Amino acid sequence: MEELLNRYETVNLSAVKIWFKAGEIKDFPSNRGGCIKYKDKQIAIFNFERRNEWYACQNACPHKMEMVLSRGMTGSTDGIPKIACPMHKKTFSLVDGSNLNGDDLKIATYPVKIEGEEVFVGFLE
Amino acid sequence: MINVIVVGNGMVGYKFCEKFVSKSGQEKYQITVFGEESRRAYDRVHLSEYFAGKSADDLSLSTTEWYKENNILLNTSELIVNINTQNKTINTHLDKTYEYDYLVLATGSAAFVPPIQGVEKEGVFVYRTIEDLDAIMTYAKKIKANGATEAAVLGGGLLGLEAAKAVRDLELNAHVVEFAPRLMPRQLDQAASDMLQSKIEELNIGIHLNKATQYIDGEESIKGMMFANDELLKVDMLVISAGIKPRDELARVAGLEVGVRGGIVVNNQMLTSDPYIYAIGEAALYNGMIYGLVAPGYEMADVAAEQILKGDKTMRETIDMSTQLKLIGVEVASFGDPFIENENVTAIVYENKFSGIYKRINVTKDGKTLLGGILVGDSSDYNGLFQIYNNAMALPENPEDLILGSRGGETSSFGSASDLPDSAVICSCENVTKGAICCSLIDGTTSTFSDVVKLTKATSGCGGCKPMVVDIVKATQKSLGKEVKESICEHFNYTRQELFDIVKINKYSNFYDVIDHHGNGDGCEVCKPVVASVFSSLYNDTANKHVTTQDTNDRFLGNIQRNGTYSVVPRMAGGEITPEKLIVIGEVAKQFDLYTKITGAQRLDLFGAQLNDLPAIWKILIDNGFETGHAYGKSLRAVKSCVGNAWCRYGMDDSVGFAIELENRYKGIRAPHKIKGGVSACIRECAEARGKDFGLIAVEGGWNLYICGNGGANPKHAVLLAESIDKETVLKYMDRFLMYYIRTAGPLVRTSTWLEKLEGGLDYLKEVIIFDRIGICETLDSEMASLINSYECEWNQVIEKPRLMKRFTHFVNTDERDDNLEYIPLRDQKMPKSW
Repeated sequence: MEELLNRYETVNLSAVKIWFKAGEIKDFPSNRGGCIKYKDKQIAIFNFERRNEWYACQNACPHKMEMVLSRGMTGSTDGIPKIACPMHKKTFSLVDGSNLNGDDLKIATYPVKIEGEEVFVGFLE
Repeated sequence: MINVIVVGNGMVGYKFCEKFVSKSGQEKYQITVFGEESRRAYDRVHLSEYFAGKSADDLSLSTTEWYKENNILLNTSELIVNINTQNKTINTHLDKTYEYDYLVLATGSAAFVPPIQGVEKEGVFVYRTIEDLDAIMTYAKKIKANGATEAAVLGGGLLGLEAAKAVRDLELNAHVVEFAPRLMPRQLDQAASDMLQSKIEELNIGIHLNKATQYIDGEESIKGMMFANDELLKVDMLVISAGIKPRDELARVAGLEVGVRGGIVVNNQMLTSDPYIYAIGEAALYNGMIYGLVAPGYEMADVAAEQILKGDKTMRETIDMSTQLKLIGVEVASFGDPFIENENVTAIVYENKFSGIYKRINVTKDGKTLLGGILVGDSSDYNGLFQIYNNAMALPENPEDLILGSRGGETSSFGSASDLPDSAVICSCENVTKGAICCSLIDGTTSTFSDVVKLTKATSGCGGCKPMVVDIVKATQKSLGKEVKESICEHFNYTRQELFDIVKINKYSNFYDVIDHHGNGDGCEVCKPVVASVFSSLYNDTANKHVTTQDTNDRFLGNIQRNGTYSVVPRMAGGEITPEKLIVIGEVAKQFDLYTKITGAQRLDLFGAQLNDLPAIWKILIDNGFETGHAYGKSLRAVKSCVGNAWCRYGMDDSVGFAIELENRYKGIRAPHKIKGGVSACIRECAEARGKDFGLIAVEGGWNLYICGNGGANPKHAVLLAESIDKETVLKYMDRFLMYYIRTAGPLVRTSTWLEKLEGGLDYLKEVIIFDRIGICETLDSEMASLINSYECEWNQVIEKPRLMKRFTHFVNTDERDDNLEYIPLRDQKMPKSW
């Protein structure tokens, strides 16, 4: 279980070494999530069209370690874009991965960039 | 500038600064803080979380910027060595001298180390600072590497048990050694301690009570503890957590008055025997007592700040030592006088060894006053009890209701927040009274719950008072004539019923149109499904049309289960199924390796279907005459039936046929909550129809129609709406009842709760749907008819449209399946492996 969570660590934009092509804009539903596979990682990518923003985070819910976050519902709290886990409705900031319901479970977030029609996620390796 | 020097940078020293800079007139003062530790003030109450992975920074109470912004000079790692009260100066160990106008001693306390022979040996620690914890961690690592496994904590009080958890977090076997015959001897009685002990022992922590430690065994380093009865407990590490002693050395040297057993003597202004020196927190001896809780320390900090700023606030005469906390996952609380026993007092005790719950309240013989109590295992009653005790409020007729819960009627035994006097302290962490909350709302400083939190800091400590603060805010708003709304969430200032009307009148069919015109922000997991449900109720749009705003079950037309896979439930109206269809289900389950179970509502549930497989599974089922059973939606789930008069020798009517008819009539309609029905062919009630949202029982001359019952966590028997009516009338009343509920209930409100909240109750409901008192029956009838006539199977929609199938893949960028799923065997089938 810990080993699974250890696979996911937040990547800051400035630290990105590899931009992985996750797909094209049309592959991702608007205002919802889609999951991609990169090496041994599952990454949820959100095309937050309403805000004209893209986000990426680990697909694993940090609470029960299930690969489900891409299937959660997007939204915002006090203007912070967030994702609600479909299992038990814990909500996480898509900006920094913090748990907006207060306890200390966090999720790892990854930078996303769009070039033309293509969607890229940033990784360290 | 007037110089205020604060000696001590713990929680109370920090709170003094926070209180001081928030008060008016403070601009003329310069605060300088000295702390001997190397870091900013941190949360010592939650110190053990440091072992569970929190960093020192996480525990920090403030930021460097905060000190800058508030113009406070913070000197860490600097120790004050003496005070010159004549010159009003202090000297630090760096040989620097500082002048003060006022001095505040917030030097706190040190761990009390009992004079046991050998405590100086290697491997013996105290539990007080982050440095102590670092040393414990390093040592634990070292001994573990040598194969050592045992560690003891001396002291079975609050802090000792916290320390025991910390030791366990270090993956050592923990033992708690206590001199007294019970745990938490100052807060708990024997029975409560026994309950706590058995809960802690379940966690593999050894408890050793009645143990006087004679000496620490071992050459250089600790090897064991020798008790008075010559019994040796072999341990490789010892953490002492046996109490505190006030840090009064500085005060002593400066000639300030101190208590016989330590502590700097203060009056109710927190002033020491020197008129320019204050003492607060665990270093201060007030009323002959040292108060080791953070709440009194915070209050002392506030009083001292007020006094320096020439205010007139003083410390209360009696200080409450009530506490509520979670120890190693076990809830424990004690308030008032937990032990009091004499001929004028009756202790009411509830003990449930099975669930590990112990509750005791001490009540005067006349049953009028609550004097104190203890809660172990379940402290949810603490807030209510504490308010009753603290404000000497009247007790209910049967005081035992306070801990057993009211066993008749619906009202809470605690009364309501409006019964509390204004002086009642609602948030004891921040000492906020009910008056302070109400005042700010009445004078217009605040207008919402979050305003109140920002202004008063209520609920920002432990958070235990939150429900009460919410109640008070609501009640006050109501008394001010403000409409108190059950708004859906921060994005909509409307109730579900209002949204229903807004959507209907404006003919909206897209969530973002609704939020852009009538709400704010981007929506969330609360309001999106509500609006989606409203669309469905109005237009019978299937979930496939509003994928983005549907929660996972509706989005994927299955129930998400423990490991993130889905379960599949085809409709089996009335519970009737042919052998051919049974075989189909069996074959599907075999082909896709699904766990199979009959549900509580007479359906077959197939578990463990992966997202990628759902359309293929549905295709086979649909090709063989099945359709979705809507087991996932807030919609009609099932109508359960008994055997009926076709086969049963008692049956008075065709319950199976009627159940099938009802299920097909209402299948697919979306409601605020799931709906279940039942039809029994006689009063033997084998379908348990009175435990459902609607239930029919065949009687002489027709059917009895019951409504608004439910099973689940709070079961409710359904109530009789109409007697001996024919099928046609049943359908008429049912249509109207369901439609009226769908239009007017709040999100996720079941029919039983809806009826309870309906003003006028059952009688009013009868007036509306039977006698058409408000003239809406025609509308209800036609709305329901349009829902019934527009039914479509959602599974079928998906398999017919490849565009919709795209939703059912786990990955966007590959056809691979989720490779994280793991199963273990279960009685010839399988279940998800636990992480």
